[in-house]
Amino acid sequence: MIVERPRDLLIKKILAHGFLLVFLALILFPFLMVLSISFRQGNFAVGSLIPENPTLEHWVLAFGFDYTRANGDVVSPPYPVLLWMWNSIKVSVIAGLGVLAIATISAYSFSRIRIRGKGAMLDALFLIQMFPTTLALVAIFAIFDALGGVTPILGLNSHVALILIYLSGVTLHIWTIKGYFDSIDRALDNAAAIDGATPWQTFRHVFLPLAVPIMAVVFVLAFIGFINDYPIASVLIRSESQMTLAVGARLYLNEFRYLWGNFAAAAILSGLPITIVFLIAQRYLVRGLGDGAVKG
Amino acid sequence: MTTGAGRSRSRAWPRLLAVAIVALILLWGAFTLYAAGQPLLGAIILGLTTGFVVIFGSDRFYGSRFIFPGIAAVLVFIAFPVIYTIYIGFTNYSSSNLLTYPRAVEVLTARGTVDQSTEQPFAVARDGDEYRIWLPESGLLSDPVPLTEEGTAALSPADAPEALLDRREAVALREGLARLTLETPEGQLIRNAGLRSFALVVPDYVQTGPDQLTRSDGTVLTADHRAGFFRTEDGVAVPPGWRVNVGLANFERIFTSQGIRGPTVEIFVWTFVFAGLSVLLCFSVGLLLAVILQWQHLRYKPVYRVLLILPYAVPSFISILVFRGLFNQNFGEINLILDALFGLRPNWFTDATLARTMVVVVNTWLGYPYMMLLAMGFLQSVPEDHKKAAVLEGASSVRVFFTITLPQIIPPFLPLLIAAFAFNFNNLVLIFLLTRGLPDIPGTVIPAGRTDILASFTYRLAFDNAGQQFGLAGAITLLIFVVVAVISYANFVAMRRAAARRAGRPL
Repeated sequence: MIVERPRDLLIKKILAHGFLLVFLALILFPFLMVLSISFRQGNFAVGSLIPENPTLEHWVLAFGFDYTRANGDVVSPPYPVLLWMWNSIKVSVIAGLGVLAIATISAYSFSRIRIRGKGAMLDALFLIQMFPTTLALVAIFAIFDALGGVTPILGLNSHVALILIYLSGVTLHIWTIKGYFDSIDRALDNAAAIDGATPWQTFRHVFLPLAVPIMAVVFVLAFIGFINDYPIASVLIRSESQMTLAVGARLYLNEFRYLWGNFAAAAILSGLPITIVFLIAQRYLVRGLGDGAVKG
Repeated sequence: MTTGAGRSRSRAWPRLLAVAIVALILLWGAFTLYAAGQPLLGAIILGLTTGFVVIFGSDRFYGSRFIFPGIAAVLVFIAFPVIYTIYIGFTNYSSSNLLTYPRAVEVLTARGTVDQSTEQPFAVARDGDEYRIWLPESGLLSDPVPLTEEGTAALSPADAPEALLDRREAVALREGLARLTLETPEGQLIRNAGLRSFALVVPDYVQTGPDQLTRSDGTVLTADHRAGFFRTEDGVAVPPGWRVNVGLANFERIFTSQGIRGPTVEIFVWTFVFAGLSVLLCFSVGLLLAVILQWQHLRYKPVYRVLLILPYAVPSFISILVFRGLFNQNFGEINLILDALFGLRPNWFTDATLARTMVVVVNTWLGYPYMMLLAMGFLQSVPEDHKKAAVLEGASSVRVFFTITLPQIIPPFLPLLIAAFAFNFNNLVLIFLLTRGLPDIPGTVIPAGRTDILASFTYRLAFDNAGQQFGLAGAITLLIFVVVAVISYANFVAMRRAAARRAGRPL
């Protein structure tokens, strides 16, 4: 490590790069395969990595257009992928904003406002955030089934119901933003208090502007979390036109209607934007998680 | 605060007005829910309203206003549903006992049989966009009805309408007519009995007392509130049933019924094995890659890093489905390659061991980048001079890693490893999208598979088969709840220790 012979170093370097390249080849194999499959003819086609007769059929269908094959057959899109994407984005953006609002205000109060029993509440929050919503699926179904009998707006197949349940995702984000607020100098609050600001004014005019970067990160994280949710959406949403992407995508690989090629194109089309957003946000994600866990 | 309080007094009226308006809307919601037969949900809204009015109406609770939305969201959307699910575990809520008792009585008493001996001809008269039914024999004319959906219309004595539709036009309306119920002035119900006639409806069940129904053939049915069914004297249950509290019956089934206990125990054990193996493999692979990426002589680090975290960046519901396709027995690419190389075509989805291997492999693929990213962060905090000292003493790099580096990164890593274990313990999405729990365990009375974990098992019990056994699913949820509570507490303790360690030894 301190003094190494050039020859040993070279061998080590070759080994390291070799290992990483082999590992990457294994890891990235599924992505290359899916890309190749999306350009192959038909839904069961097998063949080499570079398709012999590349076709745009699956891609045209994924964008929601009819495709006319060379022999004149017209194929219609099997599922409304773009509609599902829109549903996913709509629900996730609204729920993300809701989570952001609640989490920011709660984080401010946990960080700055003196309330009796705050420590206990924080501990409870930490314990509760470990409980996944999958534990509550039966109740979620029962509750919204019952509410649907009163008003369809809050019933099954309603995006409003989905958004409401997604608001339960606040706990983790309260911790992330609280960690950020804790690192802000108390002199700022004191200065605001001396100028006669109420806690709300301090929050609105001092903390909120400072929190914009962390809020952006929390919003992106919440957004991605909701886009990826399968269990809750699959319990609440049953009709095809209301489905989110995560629920709808599964229909492609049904045992009785196996649309492997169409799935490949739709998967890339819908997965790519989310992947890019995630790659931009990931460094903050890990930092936030690490901080949240260690700071307490 | 004094200036704040003074100002708030002059500004109090608009605020109190807003609080009052919101409270009224919430109260209206609570009342609607109560009126619609949802007293529990109504009570929750009522509790929410009370909290809201107290905290936002009074200046004493100024500070609590900030915390109210978050606490309310956690209580309403997490605590209540989890508790309610466990409560359902003590009921017989399922597809055969779906309704409330009043609804079940309503459904039974609404059932009727058309009495063919009372048939009488009818005619239809147009009334604007709607229609009236004319019964010439009894001289009764109905109120106008649209005939587009199920409905009831009252009959009253009248003269024959002038313009009656001819037979063909009336037949064209038969779908709407079939959904129509007419009520005579005496309160008897008349329904469409064929193309040409309406006839009296004789109810199949008449409520003859509290908890007692009499069937049209004279049999007396008594409500069995322990089982949630009406029973004849011979004890035959008449569906539909209603929801009742059955105490520990679901738990008894789990622990005593062989067809349920066997698979539950197997799934319970597999859930721990799966979560443990997943964490161990993800951690090992991630740490190994992090160590290699941290090596000072390695070039192209950023490129490797981005490519290595790709599995984490792609939405998991997409990559899991991709693997489902790639592992497909007949046209999956993995079997094509194995076939070409070794002449093998493993049954990834029907052989228990292979299916479990596949699940763990895919989960490692999905989970190692997260561990790698975390490990890269923690490795940086290991002091370089400790390692140098060990190397100078002649320790090999492997030995340095296991004696110096690993012991230093494990404590801060521990809470995150526990959280990862908890996550995988409930990793419903992976199991559900990849195998749906298949292959099935033979000889069970409930849907249970070799790759099912407790969460997916619960999901399938409740939502994936015709039985919709919500009660049993709720009971198993209590089992998961206990395990998660223990894990959660362990994480809490580990986090406290890590925080104390960090505070005691600032970096």
